[in-house]
Amino acid sequence: MLDKALSGSSRYWTWVIALMAIIGIGFVFWVQQMIEGLTITGLSRDVTWGLYIAQLTFFVGVAASAVMVVLPYYLHDYKEFGKLTILGEFLAIPAVIMCMAFVFVDMGQPIRIVNVFLHPSPTSPMFWDTVALFGYLVLNVVIAYVTFGAEKKGIAPPKWIKPIIILSIPWAVSIHTVTAFLYSGLPGRGFWLTAIMAPRFLASAFAGGPAILILLVLLVRKLTKFDPGLKPIFKLAEIVTYAMLVNVFFVLMEIFTVFYSQIPGHMDHFTFLYVGLDGNTTLVPWMWTSTILAAVALFLLLVPKLRRNEKVLPVACGSVIVSIWIDKGLGLMTGGFVPTPTHHVVSYVPTLPEIMITLMVYGVGALILTVLYKIAITEREIIEQVK
Amino acid sequence: MHDAKYIVPGLVAFLVLITLPLWYNAAMGRSAVGPTLQYPEGESQCVLPKDEMKGEHMQILDDWRDEAVRDGERYYVHPDGTTREKSLTNTCLGCHGDRAQFCIKCHDYAGVKPYCWDCHIEPERD
Amino acid sequence: MAKSTRRGFLKLAGVAAVGMGAKPVYDAFARRSAPEQPTPPAEALTAKRWAMVVDTRKCLREHGCTDCITTCHLVHNVPDFGNPKDEVKWVWKEQFEHGFPEQHNEFMSDDLRHKDVLLLCNHCDNPPCVRVCPTQATWKREADGIVMMDMHRCIGCRYCMAACPYGSRSFNWRDPRTHIAKIDEGFPTRTRGVVEKCNFCAERLVRGEIPACVEACKAKALAFGDLEDPESEVRDLLSRHFNIRRKPGLGTQPEVYYIV
Repeated sequence: MLDKALSGSSRYWTWVIALMAIIGIGFVFWVQQMIEGLTITGLSRDVTWGLYIAQLTFFVGVAASAVMVVLPYYLHDYKEFGKLTILGEFLAIPAVIMCMAFVFVDMGQPIRIVNVFLHPSPTSPMFWDTVALFGYLVLNVVIAYVTFGAEKKGIAPPKWIKPIIILSIPWAVSIHTVTAFLYSGLPGRGFWLTAIMAPRFLASAFAGGPAILILLVLLVRKLTKFDPGLKPIFKLAEIVTYAMLVNVFFVLMEIFTVFYSQIPGHMDHFTFLYVGLDGNTTLVPWMWTSTILAAVALFLLLVPKLRRNEKVLPVACGSVIVSIWIDKGLGLMTGGFVPTPTHHVVSYVPTLPEIMITLMVYGVGALILTVLYKIAITEREIIEQVK
Repeated sequence: MHDAKYIVPGLVAFLVLITLPLWYNAAMGRSAVGPTLQYPEGESQCVLPKDEMKGEHMQILDDWRDEAVRDGERYYVHPDGTTREKSLTNTCLGCHGDRAQFCIKCHDYAGVKPYCWDCHIEPERD
Repeated sequence: MAKSTRRGFLKLAGVAAVGMGAKPVYDAFARRSAPEQPTPPAEALTAKRWAMVVDTRKCLREHGCTDCITTCHLVHNVPDFGNPKDEVKWVWKEQFEHGFPEQHNEFMSDDLRHKDVLLLCNHCDNPPCVRVCPTQATWKREADGIVMMDMHRCIGCRYCMAACPYGSRSFNWRDPRTHIAKIDEGFPTRTRGVVEKCNFCAERLVRGEIPACVEACKAKALAFGDLEDPESEVRDLLSRHFNIRRKPGLGTQPEVYYIV
């Protein structure tokens, strides 16, 4: 199986080497961080989580979104997604690994990470997040390995895998719910203290994740002989449309509650993000970019003619991804910390080393994704040829 | 055997690599015999018998640390009935005052780098 | 055939690796038993619930006094990096409107609004930082309610800093040793990558000494004692003067009280 990733065109190898170069450069900065400490990031006493944990949040969503192809295929027997499920699962695996890597690079004492298992703390959402993520990784590896192996041999997957696949569906929901609990259970952070944090996370995940999958599948169609057809892609686009609508709806719900109740401890964070507070407008352009992109995406997705246009769909998906990445990443993190508990308005700007280390983890994720997709697609091409 | 021309040199290279520390030490003239440690004078008994201390001191320190810091159990009752404070600085170094001739010598030999002194302050000795 | 054997081996190795990881987790759960009764030395100061009362009327901060802060940071080897980004602090001053952002009224006297108040860890009765810690590196002592930090166990995830509604926790973004003017041998420094905060001078209480800041205050604006003891000074102060706590609505039950 793995040997399929070891032979490829020069284009494949150029891409692999480019990714390795990015990982290599990022690694140098990570070594610097290991030597000097997290002081080389833009984080501070007031904004203690930033780019790294924002990526964790975003990619937990991407990982969870595999359920959007698994569920219709296995529970509703929606056959069109048959060829996509493996690509969904092969997207979830690097996404979970990236999540773990982002937690790892964010820790002050990474060598002590085993303490989470040596001193398990059931009251901590972070403990449960670790458990949920590990479990989800194992589930996806097992499911992908077994179903793909069976398909390769041209036989039906063994019966015992079905309950495991069904289990992976609520498990996917759980990883993002527990990730939301990281934030939504903290008494002093008005921005995060909202019961729709988990639903909001799920909605944005089910919009952003499938949007990434659509882009990947369109790319695969272009670059290889493997073609799952346009029908499942357009079905995915419908899922993105609904999820994005729900996501925007949830954000508006938050805005109503916060600004109608006018409780300063909740309102100040939104004010800081969208118009600036005490003259600090660091994130205002970002948040409005996110808002405009969300509007553009919704327009392109809601008009059926545009959504089913192969040229327009990637633009809509790209807008969804960037919009959510800003909102769920930078906005959610910094917005939660500013204003601070002592009501100071501070700025957080990621530094170059921090960005390079983030790119390193992106590189690792892209590399794993490339290898997995290469295997899946090469095997598929062989199956098609045999037919 | 298929591919013997790759496998045999590969195996040889592997053997050389994993035995490298032995060759390296032989070349640098290091002996495999452990260092001679200086034991405190006039003390016959450590917290536990010598052999147990040799193998378990790190675990004992770890347990003491947790018990003293976390549970407030600051005293250890010695098998001979006397009580000792669970303290690296006061109890351990109280006898093994010359760290260079005891702790460090052996840790260097074993290639261990405990990070206690990154935070704890080594007491001054005359 | 050879191929499937290799694959089988890899699978087995993977399962074995997971199995090896399960053992320490099981052990950790199995080990969890109630600790024996702590054995404080005879000279130690003990209480059922330690608390502090800050009399902001007496505090001489406007007159430039920083004795409590300086002393605390000196005896606890708190580094001074000279910039707010890397800053580490155990006790510090903040204007009233920042210390009590929900309690500053429109026509409050400028005196009070801009008055510096002393802020520190509240040693909450119901501490959110303890709840969220994934390794129990921070915990509340059953005996006297002090919220402690175990620097040996902290993994530096900073979840406690996000959970603390008072901004009482600091992280060692860089090696602190190089920025301590004079190292006090009586207390360890910290290592890079761990969180720290005020510990109500637990190391002094066990030696029979009151907290360093309380001792250092020449205006006698700080009182420290046992809330469960009706005869204590803190109880006396609280019963005779109007007092407030920071963000009481959050249910954290701070054990630091302010007389205003």
